[in-house]
Formats: sequence, C-alpha cells, structure tokens
Amino acid sequence: MSPETGYHELSTDFPALHCFERELHEQTGLCIAGHPWLKPIRFEGQEQEAMNRYPFHTIEGKEVHEVAVGPIHAGVIEPGSFRFMCQGEKVHHLEIHHGYQHRGVERRLLEGDPLSLTPLVETIAGDTSIGHAWAYCAALEALAGCELDVETDVARAVALELERVAMHLATLSGMAADIGFLQGATTYGRLRTTVINTTMRLCGSRFGRGALRPGRVGMRMSPEALEGIRASIGDLREDLSIIDDCFLSAKTVQHRLSGVGVLTPARASELGMVGVAGRASGIAVDARHRAAAGAYAALAIEPRIFTEGDCLARARVRIAEIEASLVWISEALRMYPGPSGAAKAVDSLAPRALSIALVEGFRGEIVHCLETDDEGRLTHYKVQDPSLRNWMGLAIAVRDNDISDFPICNKSFDLSYCGNDL
Amino acid sequence: MSGFKSLRVRASQGTQYITDLRKAVPAGFRGRPSIAGKPCAPDCTACRDACPTRAIELSPVRLDLGRCVFCSACTEVCPEDKISFTPDPKLGAAEREHLVIEEGMEKRAQVRASAGLSRIFGRSLKMRQVSAGGCNACELELSALANVNFDLQRFGIEWVASPRHADALVLTGPLTRAMKNAVRLAWDAMPEPRFLVAVGACTISGGLYDGATGVERSFLSEVGPALYVPGCPPHPLTFVNAILDFLGIA
Repeated sequence: MSPETGYHELSTDFPALHCFERELHEQTGLCIAGHPWLKPIRFEGQEQEAMNRYPFHTIEGKEVHEVAVGPIHAGVIEPGSFRFMCQGEKVHHLEIHHGYQHRGVERRLLEGDPLSLTPLVETIAGDTSIGHAWAYCAALEALAGCELDVETDVARAVALELERVAMHLATLSGMAADIGFLQGATTYGRLRTTVINTTMRLCGSRFGRGALRPGRVGMRMSPEALEGIRASIGDLREDLSIIDDCFLSAKTVQHRLSGVGVLTPARASELGMVGVAGRASGIAVDARHRAAAGAYAALAIEPRIFTEGDCLARARVRIAEIEASLVWISEALRMYPGPSGAAKAVDSLAPRALSIALVEGFRGEIVHCLETDDEGRLTHYKVQDPSLRNWMGLAIAVRDNDISDFPICNKSFDLSYCGNDL
Repeated sequence: MSGFKSLRVRASQGTQYITDLRKAVPAGFRGRPSIAGKPCAPDCTACRDACPTRAIELSPVRLDLGRCVFCSACTEVCPEDKISFTPDPKLGAAEREHLVIEEGMEKRAQVRASAGLSRIFGRSLKMRQVSAGGCNACELELSALANVNFDLQRFGIEWVASPRHADALVLTGPLTRAMKNAVRLAWDAMPEPRFLVAVGACTISGGLYDGATGVERSFLSEVGPALYVPGCPPHPLTFVNAILDFLGIA
C-alpha cells in the first residue's frame, strides 16, 4: 500500500478504530480516505500555536454556548484541554484536545540500550510504573527467549495488584472529594498511603520504581517483608469493609453518582472500551482473566462486571477489584515458595521478530509491541496505554449531562494524559 | 446507624498525621545516595556507563541529584560497592551546584534559608502546581502533601487553584513544547513577590527526557528556580524538608 493512496477508512463501521486510524495518520502520514475526523491524537512535534489553531466542532443556535477548559486545570493534576458545546447547562458534545503532555516517549525508547529501558518505561505513565514495566519486560523476555520461573511471575503480580489497589483507592478518594463526601476522601486517601508504603518497603519506591527488571524482579521478598504485606492487607480489609459500606450506603453518594455519566454497554462495546470503564459498562474484558500462563493461570482472578455504566458503577468496579486483589495477594503469598534463584539472562534479541505483551494495569490493558531487524536491533517500539482507547468514552458519557457533573465523570474514568500523549 | 458507622471509621483512623515531619525517615525508601571514599577498581567506568541520565562523573565520583532517577543501576554494576542509597529524604537545595554529591562527602549542605522570602511567606505560602510533561508520579506525591499524613497546611502552606492567588509556582515534568505558552501564562499571572520551585529530575535537568523531541525548556533558563526538590518522584518528605528549610520554618 502506498502512503499516498492509502486505504478507505474503517472508523465509520467500527468506531473503536478511530484512535488507531487517527494515530496511524498522525505518525506515518498514511492517507486514510473518507475518514470523518482525522484529528491528531497528540499533535506530535507541533507548537502550541498549531494546537490553538485547530478548529473545534462548533454549535450554533439559541441558548448555545461553548466552554473551554485547560490545558492547566484547577488542581494538582496533568494538563489537557476540553471544549464543551452546551445548550444551557446541558453538555451537547465534549471535544477532547490532548497532546500537552507529549514528550516523545516512543522515539526515546529507540535511542537507548533496549535492555536497559525500564527507568524510562516506568515514566510512560508514572502512576502505572509497574504495569508498563511488566509489559516491557514481558515483550523483551519473549524476544530474548527467556522463560521466567513462577516465583518471579508471582512477585511481579503482587506488585501489579498493589499498584491496582493503591490507584483505585486514589480514584475513590478523588471521587469522594469531588462530591464533598469528605470522610471517604480522607479515609481512602490514607489507606492508599498504607498500600504505597508497603510497595516502598518491597522495592524502595512508593510507585514501584525498580520493582521489575528484564529477567528478574528488584523486590525484597524476605519472610519479614511477606509478613509485612500480610499485616497491611489485614488492616486494609478491616477498614475498607467499614468505609466501603459508609460510602455506598450514603444517600449523598448515591444521589451524586447514580445515573450520572452513563455509558451504555452497547455504546461502550462500539467504542471498544477496555479496563475498569469497560467492565462498568458490562464488557467482560480483563487481560488477567485471559492469561494462559504464569501467576494468573495458577491462581485465577474473575473480572468484576457491572452493567449500569454510570459513575457509581465505575466506583463499584474499583471497590470490588480492590477486595479481589487483596484476597488474590493473600492467597498467592500462601503458595509463594520464596524468592527464586539467579536472574534469567536477557541479552541478545531474536532477529526479525515481533513481540506483543499485554498486561492488565489498573486502568485496563497495556500493550507494548516490539520489533527487531535482521541484526536483532530494536526498530519499532509501540506503546498503548488503555487511556488512548477510553478517552472517547468519557466524551460520549458526558453528553446530555449537566456541565457541572463533568469533574465527577472525568474522575470516575480517571484516565492518563501522559499515557495518551506519550 | 450511619452516624455510628462514621464513628467506627473515625476510631479506626485514629491520629494519622506524622507528628514530627523533620525527623521522619521513610522505612525502605531509596533516598540520598552515599558514595564511599574508597578507591575505584582500575579504569572502571561501569557506574557512569550504566546511568540512564548521565548523572555520574568519575575521579572523583560525583553524582548529580538533579539528574538522578534513583534507579540504582550504578549500585548494581559497581564492583567495589562504592555507591549506596540511604532512606534519608533530605535532598533539596537552593543552589543548583549543591545537588552534586561527591565521594567521601560527610554531609550535604542544608537548603539555605532565604531571609527575604522567609519574612514574607514564613507563616503563609500559597502554591500553584503546573505539570508540563509530568508522568503523574510527582503530581501524586505533591497532592499527598495535603493529605492527613503529611498535612502541610499545619505550616500555613497550601495549594491554590489560581496562579493569581499563588506565591510559588511548583513545576513538574521536563517542560513540553506544547505547554511552553501555558507555563509562561501561569507565571506571568502571578503577582510579585513570587518564586519558582523545580520538582523532580525531569524539571531540574530534563532527566530521562533531556533532549527528547517534545521537550522545550527555554522557560527555565529565563526564570531560574529558587528551590530544587530532586527525586523520581521526590518523596513528600523531600518536599517538606526543602520548603521548610527554605522558608526558615522549624
């Protein structure tokens, strides 16, 4: 296929492809004929002026107005821009404008030693350090023909589940704060502290930096450390059972979250939603559940599914997954025989090979795709954070909602800006 | 009934705040590196070569905390075990050159208090955070400063939503090309007196993104930081100690 002729677009028939076609066009210049909306995903390499000039959708008529938000928001969060087209207080459409976080990750991944990329990979989306690091390690180990023992795999899964619990707690804390349910905000917040401090005692970092390296883990899995994890989990489950009950039974929480920001299962399926946002809209997709080998094959974890698709459902998926992850860690540690022996060598990569790794991070599936040339050098490195798939879900979910409900809708999806922008 | 449940949460929570933030040491944290004064193996350059951010110089061994991402690649390759990481979170500096640690160095220079800023902001400091390519790790750690554990508000130090209300701009991320104008707008909107705080290896030196295609750092050469808070990400206690030293508090 020549870049000039290209091919005829598929997004109209399969809306889930819109982000991939837009990215393909932006990154390669490939002609995608007939595409209704080839807006750049992240305005790679362009100045902010070009982003400012981009024509948003417009709306005309009586009682119609537009609201521009960002790129800087009124909080300690990442930048991104939102343009609301409103009729009175109701959102008619939301157009999301991203790229402010674009650092040039994919290019940078090809500049370094392919075997030593973990510190960089850990910052693709820094709140998902373990998820992205695992996807990188797994893809690289496949190219190097390196097979890990189950001890290493279980240690990685424990780190990944701790990351999931910590970030789900951060989201729940943020959602509680956004609706003024302060007991939830503080309690979920301090419980997150317990989790990330547990991760820090294992690997030196509250975000799991250094926990995973190709061929091995960098975690202190001593008997005392494992006892520490068990103790933390015991405390957490006790406190969580009380605060979850408080949160879910409070009238104010139900009133503010129920029926708000609905993404119907049909629409979610059409948009190809993944992860928490998908499971809150009835989509039974969870990469852990599909795992054919390793820790999750040895000890299964069932996806937690809700079908309402509203903010409350996204909160309830997280609450259910926190409990499931804590139970999973406890059971996995019971079977855990202790740290494995020597690290497995990851040195030369297979030539002319393509390796794809899939890891279920706390937002959803993370995909890393690596390709080597004739000499076994890395020629392509494609990163896909689940946020890329899910941002459109947020845009659709806020339609016909009050514009004042946007913050709680946005928090309920809790997507990554830098993971999208790369 | 629900009142009773609330009380149970409250009773279980107890008192979570860290009583003395100045003495607190986070158990297991990979913090301030220490470089032993013993000789290197002959012609060895392993630590320098392994460092992903070129933070290390040799003879004598020097490590730039403004570049270090605390990945411990250097400690793993050193045949002489010269470099080790301690849990000490006190890493901040008011001068860029004070971020460099040298072998045999007994003590790091403390953050020098600014008498002028201390007089103005010593009992009330409002900060506006702007992320420009930050990966959300620095941002989450800065958010944590306001939680029940660190409770930085006890010193009159708080986050505000508008740069118009802010005394300090706290920057994270390597500064992306697409955020250049927005960062400048936020800074220009702040009333004098004001100062800039650079948080994390990315902001201080570009870190892992030094020279990356999407990065444009001219703002930092136009407006120099008054305070540096290194780490990847910095522990909240690193920020606490740096800002309290800088403002001459406790």
